[in-house]
Amino acid sequence: MATFLQQLINGISQGSAYALIALGYTMVYGVLRLINFAHSDVYMFGAFMGYYLANTQVMRASVGTSALSAVVILLAAMGLSAGLGILIERFAYRPGRGVTRFVLPFWFGIVGAAVGQLLQGTIPALAVGAAVGILVGLGLEKAGLRPARQNSRLALLIIAIGVSLFLENGGQQVFGADPKFFPQIIPTHLLDIGPLRIDSQKLIVFGVSIVLMVLLNLIVNYTKTGKAMRAVSFNLDAAKLMGINTDRIIAFTFALGSALAAAGGILVSLLYPRIDPLMGVMPGLKAFVAAVLGGIGNITGAMLGGLILGMAEVMAVGYGQSTYRDAIAFIILVLILLLKPTGIMGKGMGEKV
Amino acid sequence: MAILDVRNCTKRFGGLVAVKNLNMSLESGDLYGLIGPNGAGKTTIFNLMTGVYTPDQGSIELDGKAIHKHKPSSIAKLGISRTFQNIRLFRSMTVLENVTVARHMRKKQLLFDAVMRTTRLKLEEETIKHDALALLKIFSLDKRAYEPAVNLPYGSQRRLEIARALATQPKVLLLDEPAAGMNPQESIELMHLIRWIRDEFKLTVLLVEHNMRVVMGVCEKIQVIDYGETIALGTPKEIQHNPKVIEAYLGGA
Amino acid sequence: MKKFVLFLAAFVALTGLEAFLRNLIGAYNYQIVILVGINIILAVSLNLINGVTGQFSIGHAGFYAVGAYTCAAFVFYVGPSLRAITTFLPRVGQDAVLLLTGLSAGAIAAAIAGLAVGIPSLRLRGDYLAIVTLGFGEIIRVFILNIDAIGGSRGFSGIPQLSNFFWVYLLVLLTILTVRNLIRSSYGRAFISIRDDEIAAEAMGVDTTRCKVMSFVISSMFAGIAGGLFGHFTMYLHPNSFLFTTSFYLIIMIVVGGLGSIEGAIVGAALVTVILEVFRSFGSFRLVNFAILLVLIMIYRPQGLFGKGYGYS
Repeated sequence: MATFLQQLINGISQGSAYALIALGYTMVYGVLRLINFAHSDVYMFGAFMGYYLANTQVMRASVGTSALSAVVILLAAMGLSAGLGILIERFAYRPGRGVTRFVLPFWFGIVGAAVGQLLQGTIPALAVGAAVGILVGLGLEKAGLRPARQNSRLALLIIAIGVSLFLENGGQQVFGADPKFFPQIIPTHLLDIGPLRIDSQKLIVFGVSIVLMVLLNLIVNYTKTGKAMRAVSFNLDAAKLMGINTDRIIAFTFALGSALAAAGGILVSLLYPRIDPLMGVMPGLKAFVAAVLGGIGNITGAMLGGLILGMAEVMAVGYGQSTYRDAIAFIILVLILLLKPTGIMGKGMGEKV
Repeated sequence: MAILDVRNCTKRFGGLVAVKNLNMSLESGDLYGLIGPNGAGKTTIFNLMTGVYTPDQGSIELDGKAIHKHKPSSIAKLGISRTFQNIRLFRSMTVLENVTVARHMRKKQLLFDAVMRTTRLKLEEETIKHDALALLKIFSLDKRAYEPAVNLPYGSQRRLEIARALATQPKVLLLDEPAAGMNPQESIELMHLIRWIRDEFKLTVLLVEHNMRVVMGVCEKIQVIDYGETIALGTPKEIQHNPKVIEAYLGGA
Repeated sequence: MKKFVLFLAAFVALTGLEAFLRNLIGAYNYQIVILVGINIILAVSLNLINGVTGQFSIGHAGFYAVGAYTCAAFVFYVGPSLRAITTFLPRVGQDAVLLLTGLSAGAIAAAIAGLAVGIPSLRLRGDYLAIVTLGFGEIIRVFILNIDAIGGSRGFSGIPQLSNFFWVYLLVLLTILTVRNLIRSSYGRAFISIRDDEIAAEAMGVDTTRCKVMSFVISSMFAGIAGGLFGHFTMYLHPNSFLFTTSFYLIIMIVVGGLGSIEGAIVGAALVTVILEVFRSFGSFRLVNFAILLVLIMIYRPQGLFGKGYGYS
């Protein structure tokens, strides 16, 4: 019985991490009908931001002893990741909706910086490379090169895959491919509650996740922006006609989702401190399954799905074959899609004939 | 005996009853009209007849055979074909190819023939092409047979959809608002075309239409639907003078 | 008569190239040429279900894996007995028999897998179909990871090298011809009609479920053949070669080439394979640029090189 409860707690803390990531998938799918494969890499980015922040001189002194420093690190990483999310949306996904400017300069600037880094490796080289790239991009745009309008959903998906590859490989370039160890920004205590021995970190992970999810719920259901988000997810064109600045709302959605993913990244890194640029791949895929399980596009569903998946995985590993652990997520995925594709909370919408 | 018999059909969508205890009986060779206000359930009835929806209650019989549980492709094989309210041509295909798709269900070629390009395949492809061109000629579309279907002007696209539906060699042809978007001249031509199709191909035509001139000019029998139920049934003259119909649909004072 | 002459010419060309190619361009480039061929088979077959029939499937790696492992296992376990009964043939002939029977086994297994996945999945549309095929692909991979008789997580080694340029490109030609002929028949028109408008296709008498499954099974079968060729070239198989990223790369190939177009699939496969293989040796730097290039191509030319813009809306 004790083991069961122990496993339950493991499952819940694992599941709440999945839930945080799943929320990002589901929100973006809700407003854009896009499966944002790059989301898992924002999770990774958040973890790395936390890592670097915790290792700065300023922080190192108070890390591990001050709750405040942990909160600051978390919020800062969330903020930076939100920024990344906004950049991705603006320069990778929005062009398909007809916003045409500065796309080429942005990407060419990055290529230029990468080339500069490769050739000389110094900061000035990077800057010069970036500048050259930006100028080339501006020139091409001036010459008339415009994004194609109304990308097909498939093209958008491939863009998502491309951004994911970009972030993963870029991460390997910038952060280094070898794994790093996330510092203990929250001290760990072993608490004895009844027959159980619980790691305080697991409780904190769960607690912070709950707080974030409640906050998200408040934003989505009780603010004007949240209402706009819901409107956009029902019908983008109608929302536009109602005067909603859909581009801004979509950017906001990405920012929110990315911030949550970053939080997930940091929380998971507390439990499993080994981080590397490819750490987002499997958790991302599983969080995606969680989102589908709950009903893709449905926020409560993502939370539920994450918790259920976390628990199912932990139970399977605890009581069954651990080598099949990864398969659990996919088996659940397949079953849900074949039995109730709209997920636990989802409602289907048929095609008008 | 009726060729198409709808008996006490009911169809619900969640809380909404789209079609309630509907009865409809088409005799072979009928030019039958189905009219009513928007949302009355007319396209739902088409969808029930063609197997897109299954009725919650009641039955539909084609030539005495129950079809209401069949899927659309087998109903097409049994002899009901249709056009769509919003034209549904095959966008990447030419005019000719659109029509030839309708022949797929009657094909004799096997997978082996297709892959090995046997004589049987080549002969059948020739026949299919030949028959399709003949059909297109009737609709004056043969000159544009190799053009992308989506390049056709609107009126021609509608005619193409009808030609495609005819290529399935149906017993019953359902036309969903064929005159939509047509100018008066085109509508008159359409009227002649529909009547001619019925006579030439010896089939039964069921027409859903809002253009009253077309309906009254072409149909021999008319059924009026409102809120999923029949409110009148009769000849054009009878319907035009029916007070209930006038109130619900044709316009009051 | 003309067809026979063409086949003979191709046969001779392939044999000739096989004899000299390795010496001509070096072992490394030879390997890339082989890989291009295998990816062409994968891309052309994937294009049949995704591009021609319009069904969004991203689990192709699963069938690739099934074919690879079945073919390898067949040759590994049944091979010796087969060799024993074909001693009257020269070594080359024996190898051919082994490879062909192995490929057939792989093809059949992959086709069965395609049937098993396709029948329940093809009821779904759009994104849901994509996700479920992705899921199935991963399930297949994890299950293979757990079967020790074919190596499991250690990988399957000791596979004889039976495939070479000749066999790979012979099958490339056969695949292209088969798919092309299929598209030019009534079946092809049925598949395309499903892509263009499934409801209208069904209304015109096309049994869309049956056609979708048919397209899916044919597509998986060829993936299986590609797998068999792959295993018998690399002489070693590991489930990590069949991750969903492989499926993604295949999708990239057909989209960059142009969805729905056979030429597009061929060119896309060649292009992406070369870029990935040649640039992989330069590490993450070049892959960063590959990724950016991919994003830009999709932003500025989503229909790809040869595509006409028919895809999923």
